[in-house]
Amino acid sequence: MSEAEIILKAEDIHKSFGAVEVLKGISLEARQGDVISILGSSGSGKSTFLRCLNFLETPTSGKVTIHGEEIQVRDGKPLNARHIETVRSRLGMVFQQFNLWSHRTALENVMEGPVQVKGTPKAAARAAAEALLERVGLKDRMDMYPSQLSGGQQQRVAIARALAMEPDAILFDEPTSALDPELVGEVLKVMQSLAAEGRTMIVVTHEMAFARDVSSEVVFLHQGRIAERGAPEQMFTNPQTEVFQRFIATVK
Amino acid sequence: MNPIDIAIQYWPRLLDGTLMTIKLTFLGALIAALFSPGLALIRANATPVAQAPLRLYISFMRGTPILGQLFLIYYGSGQFRPFLQDWGLWGFFRDPFNCALLAFALNSTAYQTEILRGGILGVARGEVEAAKAIGMTRLQILRRVIFPHAYRIAWPALGNEIILLMKASALASVVTVFDIMGRTRQIFSRSFDFSIYLWAALIYLCITAIFVLLWRQGEARLSRHIGPRSEGRSILSPPEGPQP
Repeated sequence: MSEAEIILKAEDIHKSFGAVEVLKGISLEARQGDVISILGSSGSGKSTFLRCLNFLETPTSGKVTIHGEEIQVRDGKPLNARHIETVRSRLGMVFQQFNLWSHRTALENVMEGPVQVKGTPKAAARAAAEALLERVGLKDRMDMYPSQLSGGQQQRVAIARALAMEPDAILFDEPTSALDPELVGEVLKVMQSLAAEGRTMIVVTHEMAFARDVSSEVVFLHQGRIAERGAPEQMFTNPQTEVFQRFIATVK
Repeated sequence: MNPIDIAIQYWPRLLDGTLMTIKLTFLGALIAALFSPGLALIRANATPVAQAPLRLYISFMRGTPILGQLFLIYYGSGQFRPFLQDWGLWGFFRDPFNCALLAFALNSTAYQTEILRGGILGVARGEVEAAKAIGMTRLQILRRVIFPHAYRIAWPALGNEIILLMKASALASVVTVFDIMGRTRQIFSRSFDFSIYLWAALIYLCITAIFVLLWRQGEARLSRHIGPRSEGRSILSPPEGPQP
């Protein structure tokens, strides 16, 4: 696996909000097909780190490389800001609150990125969007607006929307945290199938079962630093640090 | 004369005035609608220092009577006649219609800007983030996400502003524009029949009613994703069905 191509590389990411340093130098490397779960208690900086990868938050300093496209940040200023949109279009993102465009139908939500950003002809984008919605089990709901869909359905549309861009990697920001317990399963199932087909995924999550069973690497953040990282089976059966031991004890 | 005879005798003038009122209101609102999106973005995003001139303009337009603004432009421009002639602008300011249109457009721009700013601030942040995350440019985000929502939120208030502008346009009659009010005063000064004012009121009422109907169609279209709302029921109404 380690010979696979590096898709995404984050080097020494720092982020401060005012005087508070939330991220204190985090590096991460995702190769083709990796599923990296980022764990950590609230306030550990895991969501902020994920948002730094596609510059929804601008890091204070550090470097992000996606498929050779490199963005260096110094003093909170990206040195080649023009590439940010390109980088973003290559990274899918799935949000905790779904963030579907509420004035567009499920189908329009999925078509929007390819048509607007990639310039895909509408007919082709439509066909692809229909296929993706079918894949996440929502073909019969494609003409509905987000307000007419359940949380789990909205999140599956959001995943289809991310897939429609044919991204190099997909970032998941606590994708099941806003869902009713009985709806979590349908979203996890879709994510699992993505992992199975070799998608590169970086997942901030509280779903321990997903982290343990699906991911190829687990990264545990504590107070803005990586406290522990490794293969899931090893980390969950034999945690090395006291903070991670305590963390898995509390979430179990 | 009875009111019907008055209407029969003077309807061509009233119709002429009605068209003038509609023209003045429509053009004024339209010009304002062209400028307000850009200005509203400045109001919503620029630093306080950068938007200071804009805020001063809006404060002036909202804080002084529209009649005063009209006088300032119509009579004030006379004071600067040589200067305006040098610039080739005197032809514009000599026409009372132009002065009235300018006053109303400037006034409505201020109001529409503030209304639209409220709409922009009401757009869900998450939807903007999703647009950024998918790689849209700033312009695309404005066109595809921010303004569609901002206009939906601002729509009822914008309709209100246009109705107010339509009624305020009666002030144009003071600077000799023959709108509904201008024609009515003219007719009254000949016939001394008070009923002509009732006809004028009726015309204003009809214009407003038709406008409200059209505006509501627009609102329904903009809000179709929110789901059908049954007529006459609000979020505060008790639930339908059998009550315990």
